[in-house]
Amino acid sequence: MSQEKIKKIRVGVASCGVAAGADAVLELLRSRAESIPVEGTGCLGHCYAEPMVEVLLDNGDSVFYRNVKAEDGYIDNILSLGEKDRFEVPPARKAKELIKVLALAGRIDPTRFEDYTENGGYEGLKRALSMTPVEVVNEVKLSGLRGRGGGGFPTGTKWSFLAAKDTPEKILICNADEGDPGAFMDRSLMESVPHQVLEGMLIAAYATGATKLFIYCRAEYPMAIRHLKIAISQIYEHKLNVINGRELEIIIKEGAGAFVCGEETALIASLEGQRGTPRFRPPFPTDSGWKGYPSMINNVETFGNVPLILREGAAAFAAIGTEGSKGTKLFALAGDLKNPGLVEVPMGTTLREIVFDIGGADPDKVKAVQTGGPSGGCIPVELFDTPVDYDSLKKLGAIMGSGGMIVIGKDRCMVETARYFLDFTHRESCGKCTFCRVGTTRMFETLERIVAGKGEMADLEFLEDIGPKIRMGSLCGLGQTAPNPVLATLRYYRHEYEAHVKDHQCEALQCSALVDMHIDKSNCIKCKLCVKTCPVGAISDDLVIDNEKCTRCNACKDVCPKKTIHRVKKGSIQ
Amino acid sequence: MDQKYAFLEKVGKEPSNLIKGLQAVQGAEGYVSDESIAAISEYFGIPAVEVEGVLSFYAQFKRVKPGKYKIAICDGTACHIKGSTQVGEWLSRELGIQSGETDARGHFSLETVACLGCCSLAPVMSVNGRVYGKLDRKSIVKILKEYENK
Repeated sequence: MSQEKIKKIRVGVASCGVAAGADAVLELLRSRAESIPVEGTGCLGHCYAEPMVEVLLDNGDSVFYRNVKAEDGYIDNILSLGEKDRFEVPPARKAKELIKVLALAGRIDPTRFEDYTENGGYEGLKRALSMTPVEVVNEVKLSGLRGRGGGGFPTGTKWSFLAAKDTPEKILICNADEGDPGAFMDRSLMESVPHQVLEGMLIAAYATGATKLFIYCRAEYPMAIRHLKIAISQIYEHKLNVINGRELEIIIKEGAGAFVCGEETALIASLEGQRGTPRFRPPFPTDSGWKGYPSMINNVETFGNVPLILREGAAAFAAIGTEGSKGTKLFALAGDLKNPGLVEVPMGTTLREIVFDIGGADPDKVKAVQTGGPSGGCIPVELFDTPVDYDSLKKLGAIMGSGGMIVIGKDRCMVETARYFLDFTHRESCGKCTFCRVGTTRMFETLERIVAGKGEMADLEFLEDIGPKIRMGSLCGLGQTAPNPVLATLRYYRHEYEAHVKDHQCEALQCSALVDMHIDKSNCIKCKLCVKTCPVGAISDDLVIDNEKCTRCNACKDVCPKKTIHRVKKGSIQ
Repeated sequence: MDQKYAFLEKVGKEPSNLIKGLQAVQGAEGYVSDESIAAISEYFGIPAVEVEGVLSFYAQFKRVKPGKYKIAICDGTACHIKGSTQVGEWLSRELGIQSGETDARGHFSLETVACLGCCSLAPVMSVNGRVYGKLDRKSIVKILKEYENK
């Protein structure tokens, strides 16, 4: 193959790639590649292999390189099509994945309009425009597409609500306020194929008669915003925003960092320039939304699916997935596993396939997986044969959510994990509903006590009692789901809670208040690196750790070349 | 209105642009000062107390002047699982400031954010928007050194 000529080189420069150093790789490649065009592209979803470089050959083949560094050695290897650092999609992942929505991610330059149109882009819009709006709504209904933001409401039905309104102004909003910590599906989609999201919005605008289009995007996603802005100006240039003879305005509004704004009425309040607090429904936004106009909100990934449905037809879309959940779903896979990244699988794929086959996690080391972020629950490894769709996960006390999936290893404490989520939700509660505002705070304080070894058995009963009350007493999804992480861990890992309370023991040795640091002298080579490293001077010259002084920062444990320093149960070694 | 805030004219007087106006001010000055609240209140015709009400709701807005280099520790789920608490402690110790503070010479400021969206590189932090991944104590010290004399 080394006889082949290089046609083009692509470097993945989405946020993950850049964080891994892809910018410098791109720059060095450009300066070294001479006449070969080098371009930036989006995300291929293999985050563990970033920075990634694709070399396109004259014969149409591609060679991928992984973990490339901005050093001459790496660049020489690539330009000479060397065998080193080549990347292949792991076969187990290839077998389970079904790439539909992400088909163009990492394959095109997201800032070039032609790259999108030459690959089937805007054919869905073209087909939609050849149908009546009612037919388009029906096509989406027939496809079985459900809201990808986590709610799972049938998209076509939602569209029909807005379409039925007979008002001169109707508002269409794309919810790009991806606030779940641990989720990055929407970011990748907007960065890598912004036109696909916008095409979905334009199709929706035609089907529903919407006149004004908003994208409410997190300010923390500067690259997504930049790419969307470029794409919008290209749409204006090609007059694709002229629908039914009317020029539609597409406006990007940057969110200001409030998790609750993922809820639709809160999002609308924020779009109006107010505090993002939810309000009672009805009236539903499709009756009275932004400034009183009928408004409809769909998630980024939902819009990203729409062009496929129109291009390939509802039947093809509905052929994928399970009875109640159609199509594919994107998951942001992270945590304790070998191959974190963005994956796309048919609905109904089991957790086992996603975590072990695709993610490459070690079955001996996984304890659970957290789906749905702070609104979801953990699912223990024993239940990994559960198919992932809207309905199955709900039965287990978790939710599919927008697609964040965090693998939790055996060395993590579930009580601490629950504490972390409640720390997040109690701070993000907007304060409107008492049960959410005070209830989540009380839950958080109780969990703080338990991880500090100061909990009582009555605390566990309190958590189980107040959880359902917070659910019932909250207006919006934030409060209604906030107790999930606690109730789910109590359901599956009650013994861990009890061990903290009764025995002052953290099985995973993670809760610092319940552990001591200890040097196992049998293997120690007395290099004293730990003594030098300890930031608080807690290790004496004869290698004894003063656990009163020690802050459990792990610096000594990490620096020890013989791995002789361990966390042990508090008071277990004198 | 203070000429300093003339750029608000580009935002548009419509009250629904209040957040955009606050973002413009913070973009220009790095934080929202009392002075800029007065200017925004005058420009939009919204009482200052309401402006303060909106800005205090959103985590993005800062009322304290940040340092030349703004360090954001990601405490998203993946980073938390991978030890962001310790990343925070190490940074605090190295810089002598807590999350939400700026050091005395105005060089570094530290904050904790919900998620930077680079979960597969956890734990991560960003310095003025540039993301650094797979952090450990050694790499943090190295990164800080890089910015120390900049």
